[in-house]
Amino acid sequence: MADDLPAHMRPERSFQGLILALQRFWADQGCVILQPYDMEVGAGTFHPATTLRALGPKRWNAAYVQPSRRPKDGRYGENPNRLQHYYQFQVILKPSPPDIQELYLKSLAAIGVDARLHDIRFVEDDWESPTLGAWGLGWECWCDGMEVSQFTYFQQVAGFECAPVAGELTYGLERLAMYVQGVDRVYDLNFNGRDGADKVSYGDVFLQAEQEYSRHNFEHSDTAMLFEQFKMAEAACKKYLDAGWSADRSKHLMVLPAYDQCIKASHVFNLLDARGVISVTERQSYILRVRELAKACGEAWLKTEGGGAS
Amino acid sequence: MPDLLLEFFSEEIPARMQARAAEDLKKLVTDKLVAAGLTYDGAKAFATPRRLALAVAGILVRQPDIKDERKGPKVGAPEQAIAGFLRAAGLTSIDQAKVQPDKKGDFYVAVIDKPGRPAIEVIAGIVPEVAKAFPWPKAMRWGEASAKPGALNWARPLHSIVAMFGPETEEADVVPFTVGEVAAGDTTYGHRFLAPAPIKVKRLDDYMARLEKAKVVVDPARRAQIILTDAKTLAFAQGFELVEDEGLLAEVAGLVEWPVVLMGSFDKEFLAIPEEVIRATIRNNQKCFVVRDPQTAKLTNKFILVSNIEASDGGGAIVAGNERVIRARLSDAKFFYDTDLKTRLEDRLPKFSQIVFHEKLGTQAERITRITALAGHLAPIVGADAAKAERAAQLCKADLLTEVVGEFPELQGLMGKYYAEVQGEDEAVAHAIEDHYKPKGPDDLVPADPVSVAVALADKIDILTGFWAIDEKPTGSKDPYALRRAALGVIRIILDGGIRLRLISAMTHPLRFSFLHMNVAMQRMLKTVPSEHNPEISQQMLRLGAQVQEIGNRLRFNAPAQDDELEVLGSLLAFLADRLKVQLREQGARHDLVDAVFALEGQDDLVLVVRRIEALAKFLDTDDGKNLLAGTKRAANILRIEEKKDNTSYAGAPNAALLQLPEEKELARAIGVAKAEADQAVAKEDFASAMTAMSKLRPHVDAFFEKVTVNADDGKLRANRLRLLNEIREATRTVADFSKIEGG
Repeated sequence: MADDLPAHMRPERSFQGLILALQRFWADQGCVILQPYDMEVGAGTFHPATTLRALGPKRWNAAYVQPSRRPKDGRYGENPNRLQHYYQFQVILKPSPPDIQELYLKSLAAIGVDARLHDIRFVEDDWESPTLGAWGLGWECWCDGMEVSQFTYFQQVAGFECAPVAGELTYGLERLAMYVQGVDRVYDLNFNGRDGADKVSYGDVFLQAEQEYSRHNFEHSDTAMLFEQFKMAEAACKKYLDAGWSADRSKHLMVLPAYDQCIKASHVFNLLDARGVISVTERQSYILRVRELAKACGEAWLKTEGGGAS
Repeated sequence: MPDLLLEFFSEEIPARMQARAAEDLKKLVTDKLVAAGLTYDGAKAFATPRRLALAVAGILVRQPDIKDERKGPKVGAPEQAIAGFLRAAGLTSIDQAKVQPDKKGDFYVAVIDKPGRPAIEVIAGIVPEVAKAFPWPKAMRWGEASAKPGALNWARPLHSIVAMFGPETEEADVVPFTVGEVAAGDTTYGHRFLAPAPIKVKRLDDYMARLEKAKVVVDPARRAQIILTDAKTLAFAQGFELVEDEGLLAEVAGLVEWPVVLMGSFDKEFLAIPEEVIRATIRNNQKCFVVRDPQTAKLTNKFILVSNIEASDGGGAIVAGNERVIRARLSDAKFFYDTDLKTRLEDRLPKFSQIVFHEKLGTQAERITRITALAGHLAPIVGADAAKAERAAQLCKADLLTEVVGEFPELQGLMGKYYAEVQGEDEAVAHAIEDHYKPKGPDDLVPADPVSVAVALADKIDILTGFWAIDEKPTGSKDPYALRRAALGVIRIILDGGIRLRLISAMTHPLRFSFLHMNVAMQRMLKTVPSEHNPEISQQMLRLGAQVQEIGNRLRFNAPAQDDELEVLGSLLAFLADRLKVQLREQGARHDLVDAVFALEGQDDLVLVVRRIEALAKFLDTDDGKNLLAGTKRAANILRIEEKKDNTSYAGAPNAALLQLPEEKELARAIGVAKAEADQAVAKEDFASAMTAMSKLRPHVDAFFEKVTVNADDGKLRANRLRLLNEIREATRTVADFSKIEGG
């Protein structure tokens, strides 16, 4: 498929070409192609299109890019492959189709990874998100010894059994692009696939941001404000959930705004954690507090139309 | 007789689960076959990343017929009883039962004639049962079926099942059953990338052969063998030598169906990193082997990887890809190592006051203070320089805060040694940092250098006294802090080094120190609770404050262990005695003698305890020993019975004037002599001589029992003789508590 593309769109020379190829591939499989969620999240899994849609009986197939923020992983732009902001490409297929591994391998082929030339392996890697009260079994997918994706069969989300189980694929886009472009430093990635003066590199787009956010995350973020924001988000989440329940608690009418506050709390916690102002013991209790919010949202979601409540 | 071939074909099963799963499959299926009366000749199980296979050879064609009689109720019994009998015996009418007379009358007897079922039918029932309850350490649901309760759980999604049953020469039949959504059949699939087409199979031999053609080596042992041979050859061809690694080999053999061994290299500059770090990086992260130069015995800049495919370009792209990943990983490792070298170990210590060791026991910094004090105290006892022992103790945990150990926890201690060497620490100090964790298990060596011994012992005694102070002892199978291992470590270090240590007194100070830190930790915790929320807090704080003062005084004046402390220390000593027993049992020694020695007062010097046990064991192997044991036990039995009868105790010396018969006079004299001799010998720690002294008692004890009637009619005489018996018991206690010894 890659062969009929113009040079600047080819996944092996263009970061955006890689993203577009993946989107195209999963669109062809019948996925809804969503845009990134408009809030700060630590991983594509936090997008309500995954967390909430993974719950309940309804079919759901979606794919999207999600910018992911890990404040602690910032390295002031000095580390060749650690970033506090990076892209994940997320695919969620519910129920997990029987040929999901085949589909995944075809998606690799679509971005130019030939399984007869490269050594592709599914290596055990069980996934757990303590903040989301979620876990699943699966693999990290290796290409010639490099981890290029996470593959998970969700068993539980927000403390609820997934019925049916959804399959989740997460591609670390920068890493994958570095692999197919043959680049050792993330900032050297060719972003737009052009050459010479027209070329825009990943560094051109993101290096300054990495430097600035590292300063912010480690040195200057306003912790007093953040502590306050955590409390406010937590309270708001509970308040919105309470307001959304019908009198007999058989229906819920406002879970999505409540879930936004759960996401917010989670990100604020990550920011506080990066500043080192949360002790080891407190850390656990913060994680538990976010998980309680996630569970309460999951419970409410299951009483909405999207969650399959009749 | 027919054979069974089973294969469960799934998505990639975690490498660590495969061997166990194959064994479980074999055991569960064959156990059920045998339970169903289907004996077999042999069974073999195999696993690859995508399949779990079992071949059972020579199974009976059908179950043997079963003829059974079942006795029922009396003729004329109530209807309910008869109905129950019919149900249990599987009869539809009472006419089908025989009537048989016995002593009490006529009874119904059901004759159950159960013809054996064909094996294939039985197997069709057994296999789904096994599959549905398969003991995967972790299993999952998937797909459409997972929407409903009761869906099949498997390690990863199950795609197909082969189940063939038939004699060697004829066509085999599909065993008809379904597991979850999957119906058994005769079709499997080859290698995921090299030969994914379906393959029809009949029996084990054609299964193995056809899969081999389809680029799947079913037998994991053969895959491991291929990898090992090819890896060695590849290394040898370049003048190198493979660094063998059994654990890694097994894991890698579980990650591929068609092993293809390739060699890659990395930049020589990385060889400046310690070898263990290179190996951990390449092994843990990339599951590749490292290679050494046989000339220098040092690592070379090569690695060996095991790919799962024969690549269309001969493996060039795979090697290049792995090289890039390993380069990135090694640059990380080098960066970590270089970063670590910039900070001296002692400069890391302040951070430990922020790190909780255990919430009830305080911080890691507090623990290090305790270990340091104890190592300094133990140093002269084990012949170490106290300053060096203290220095090593202070630094021994510092590497836990380094980047390299953060990345590879298994390198703790070793990295500390390297960093200590680089920063110019004394050699003994550097080695103690590495060796203080030893022995890490029953097969690990104990440290030998005195400084290492002092720190290793301090580290282990502290963890024991610490957890005893907060009363978190191991229970049953739960031992999260590996206290049993620590106790065994203490025992082995002491015994191997012949270290003379009175444990009760040696553990008193560390225990107090732990109590102190426990108190401080509790105060710290209380301080985080605003006192207006809890009026009791200020009371508690006052109480804790008073306790700190008391502990402080005891520490300052180095008082001997007080009653409250002796209780804890006694329990800890009993724990150590238990471990010693286990240790001796494993060495094939008599563990009951451990109790016989520990039952004596003040036995807390393990070297003496063991020497005493050895002397005792030797003694009990002699006739004198056996007879003296028998005599002593006899005396003790008589005493126990008579003391219970009279409700009194016959302690105290017998009255010499009341000794009448020559045998009892002789015995009394002999006891006096033996006891004095044994006492003297024990004081000189000469247990063999103490046993010899005891052995002289034997003829007198024997003669006494032969000639003297203990239960004399004269009450005074009887009481005196019972006291004499008590003296035998007392005398033998000079060497051991004979009542705890088995046999005799």
